Amino acid sequence: MTSNVLEVRQLAKSFGGVKAVSNVSFDLARGQLLAMIGPNGAGKSTCFNLINGQLRPDHGTITILGKKANGLKPRDVWKLGVGRTFQIAASFGSMTVLENVQMARLSYHRQTTSLFKSVPRLNRDHAMELLRLVGIEDQYNRACGVLAYGDVKRVELAVALANDPKLLLMDEPTAGMGPAERQEMMALTSSIIETRNIGVLFTEHDMDVVFGRSDRIIVLNRGELVAEGTPDEVRNNRRVQEIYLGEEPV
Amino acid sequence: MGFYIVQTLTGLSDASSLFLVACGLSLIFGVSRIVNMAHGSFYMVGAYLAYFFIDKLPQGPFHFWIGILLSALAVGLIGMIVEVFLLRRLYHAPELFILFATFGIVLIIQDLSRWLFGAEDILGQQAPGLSSSINIMGSYIPQYDIALIIIAPLILLGLWLLLTKTRWGILVRAATEDREMTDALGVNQTWLFTSVFFLGSFLAGLGGAVQLPKGGADLLMDLNIIATAFVIVVVGGMGSIPGAYLAAVIIGELNAFGILVFPQSTLVLMFLVMAVVLIIRPYGLLGKEEAPEHDNAPAPESIIRPASRRLKTAGAVFLAVILALPAVANTFQLVLITEIALFALACMSLYFIMGPGGMVSFGHAAYFGGGAYFAALMVHYLHTPMELTLFLAPLLTGCLALIIGWFCVQLSGVYLAMLTLAFAQICWSIVFQWGAVTGGDDGLLSIWPSAWASNKIIFYYLAMTLCIGGILILRHFIFTPFGYTLRACRDSALRVDSIGINLKRHQWFAFSIAGIFAGLAGGLYVFLKGSIFPDEMAISRSFDFLFMVLLGGVNSLFGPIAGSAAFTWLHDTISRINLWQLILGSIFIVLVVAFPQGIAGSIGSRLNKYFRDPA
Repeated sequence: MTSNVLEVRQLAKSFGGVKAVSNVSFDLARGQLLAMIGPNGAGKSTCFNLINGQLRPDHGTITILGKKANGLKPRDVWKLGVGRTFQIAASFGSMTVLENVQMARLSYHRQTTSLFKSVPRLNRDHAMELLRLVGIEDQYNRACGVLAYGDVKRVELAVALANDPKLLLMDEPTAGMGPAERQEMMALTSSIIETRNIGVLFTEHDMDVVFGRSDRIIVLNRGELVAEGTPDEVRNNRRVQEIYLGEEPV
Repeated sequence: MGFYIVQTLTGLSDASSLFLVACGLSLIFGVSRIVNMAHGSFYMVGAYLAYFFIDKLPQGPFHFWIGILLSALAVGLIGMIVEVFLLRRLYHAPELFILFATFGIVLIIQDLSRWLFGAEDILGQQAPGLSSSINIMGSYIPQYDIALIIIAPLILLGLWLLLTKTRWGILVRAATEDREMTDALGVNQTWLFTSVFFLGSFLAGLGGAVQLPKGGADLLMDLNIIATAFVIVVVGGMGSIPGAYLAAVIIGELNAFGILVFPQSTLVLMFLVMAVVLIIRPYGLLGKEEAPEHDNAPAPESIIRPASRRLKTAGAVFLAVILALPAVANTFQLVLITEIALFALACMSLYFIMGPGGMVSFGHAAYFGGGAYFAALMVHYLHTPMELTLFLAPLLTGCLALIIGWFCVQLSGVYLAMLTLAFAQICWSIVFQWGAVTGGDDGLLSIWPSAWASNKIIFYYLAMTLCIGGILILRHFIFTPFGYTLRACRDSALRVDSIGINLKRHQWFAFSIAGIFAGLAGGLYVFLKGSIFPDEMAISRSFDFLFMVLLGGVNSLFGPIAGSAAFTWLHDTISRINLWQLILGSIFIVLVVAFPQGIAGSIGSRLNKYFRDPA
C-alpha cells in the first residue's frame, strides 16, 4: 500500500490529431498540495478532465487510491473517494446552502431514490459540521443561487468534502476571488489537507497562490510535463523561466 | 421484383415532402431556438393554398407549377408575418411561452382553415403532363412520384449552396452554432430571423403543396406532420439538412414497406427506428453533440419549504369545502369539479417532471390517455371490476412511461420535449388506427363504475380521495431525497455527476412516477365519463395540460390545481361557441404577449409570501 492517492502514468489524449496531453506522469501523496500550472493551452484542463473522468484517455493509466480509474465516469470516480470543485462553481441554486451539502451526503449514503423520508432533517448535523469547517455556517439557510461568488466556492468545497474524500481535485479554486479571499481560501484548503490527511491537486493562474501554498508543482507546456518539484526547484528551473518569460515575475 | 422497385420509389417520393417540412423546422430552430409548433399548420396551409391557386389558374403544366410556387411563397409570407408581428416580441420570454404562442397559431389556423376551406377532405388535382404511370417490370408508379423524387435532392442541393456559398448562408450557420457570438459581432439578428422564418415557412408550404396531387389536403395534416417532422429532425440530427434528408428517406421507405408488414400502424415502426438510432447515436445520424449554450440557465426555482401553518389551515378549509360541496352543488357541477380534480392530478404529475425535474413533456396526454385506455380495455375485454382496474391501469401506464422515459432521458431540453411529443403521437396513432381493438375513432363506450360507486356523489368522493391523495403524495415526493435529487439534476448536471449521482436514472424514475399518477387520473376519467375517445391522447390534450401548468405557474407547488381549475372552466365556457379553437388560440397568444414572464408569476409570488412562515 503506497501513500499515493493519485498516480498518473504516460497519460495521453489527442483531439483530432492535436496532442493535448502526451506522456504525462506524476504522483500525488497524502497530505500534499500539488499545483498544476502552465500557460494557456498547456493541457491543464484536459489533464484535469482525464483524471476526473470527464474525458477518456487515449493512452496511459490513472490510479486513484490504488484502483485503476481509466475511463471511469465522473460519478464512478467520485465513488473511489474523490471530491471535485469547478472553475466556474457548480451548485444547486434552488437549494439552501445546507441542502447542497445534505444532497452530497444523501448520495454518499445511497439514499437518493428514497421516497419516504423527508429531507430537511436527514444528515443535518454532519452537513452543518462541514459548513462550519469552510466557515459559512451562518448562511446555511440562504438559497445558494443568491450567495456571493466567493461563498458559493466555499459551499462547493463543503460539498466536495461530503464523501470524506482522500483526493480533492480543485480546478482554479480561487478564480473570480479578490486577493484577500484567495489567501483565505488556500489557507482553508491547507488546513483541511492537514486535518484530514488528504491529497489535493489544483490548477491555478495566480502565481502567489501557487508558489506560496503548494508543496509541489508540476508544469505543463504544450501537453508535456516540463518540470516537477518543490516551489523553489520550479522557480529556478530554466525551462519554466523560458515558458513564463515576459509574464509576471515569479 | 418490379413491385419492390415501385415500393422503394414510392417511399422516396414520400420522403420528399417530409424532407421539405423537416428541414424548414430544423432551420428555424437552429437559428431562433424556437420550436415552431405551427410549422405543421404551414404545411397544411400550403396544401390548401396550392389547391386554391391551381384551381384558379389556367390549366397546363406551367401554371400548375406556378400555383405550387405561389402557395409556397404565400406560406412563406404568412410565416414572416407571424415572426414580425408576434414572435419578435417574445424572443426574451421563456421558451415554453413562445411555444405556446406558436401552438395558439396552430389552433387559429386550424379553425380558419375549417372556415375557409371546409371540413371535407380535399382531393388534390393531378399534375398536368405527369398524370400517367410508368411501367416498371409489371408494376406501375405515377409519373408525379418520379418528379417528387427529383425535387427533394434539387432542393437539398440548392439549400446546401445557399448555406455554404452565400453570405446569408454563412450568417445562418454562424447563428445556428453560436447565437450570442453572432449578435456580438454586430449581425442584424432581426433581419436574419425574419428571413430564416420566411425560408423555413416557404419550405413547409412547398412540402404541403407538392404532396397535394398525392395525398390531398385535410384538417388533420398539421399535427400529423409535425410529429413526423420532429422524428425526422431527431433521427437526422438537429440542424443537419443532409441528416434531415437521410432521415426523411428512411422514414419514407419505412412507411412504404412497413404498410405491407404491419398495416395497423406504420408509426410503430417509425418509433422502432427512432429508438435504434437514439441508442446508437443520441444526437441523430448526422447531428453533432449540442454545444452548451452560454450561461443563460433559467432563473432557478426558489427554495422549497414545508407547508406553513397558514398553508395548512388554507388546505384544511379547502378540504372542508370539497367535502361539503355535494350538499349544495348539482350533478352537473359535481361532474365538472371531479373533472377539474382529475386534471389537477394529471397536471401535478406533469409538474413533477417539469418543475422539480426540469424536463418539459409535450406528450403528457400519452399517460393520461394511456391510463384511460388501459382501464377501458380491461373493462371492455376482461370485465375487470373498477377497483382492480383503478389499481392496474396506473401500473400499466407506469410501465408505458418507463419505456418512453428511457428514450426521452437520453436527450435533454427541447430534444427531449420533441421526443415526448413524438411518442405521444405514436400512442395516439395506435389507438386511432387499431380500430379492431380500441374502437378507433368511435372509442370505447359503456364503462361505468362498480355498483356501489355508481352514485355521482359517491363517485365524487372516491375521485376526490384518490386525486387529492395523489396530489399530496406527489407533493410529498418533492420533499423526499428523490425529489431533492431530481431538483439537483435540474440545477446542475455537472455537480450531480461529480457527487456520484446517476442523473439519467433518476430522471427515468421520475418519468415513470409521473406516468403512474397521470394513469390514475386517466383511469378515473374513464369511469367518470363512461367512455373514452382517441382525443384524450391527442397533441392538443398534451398542450391543455401544459397550459394548465403554465397558467398556474411552474414555480408554485399548488399552481397545477389553480391552473386546471381555471382552464377547465374556461374550456367548458368557450367550447360551446363556434370557432372556439380560434378563440382559445387567441387567448394563448394574448396571455403570452401580455405576461411574457409567466401568467401566475406575479400573483403566485404574492401568495407565496403570504403563506410563508414568519422568519
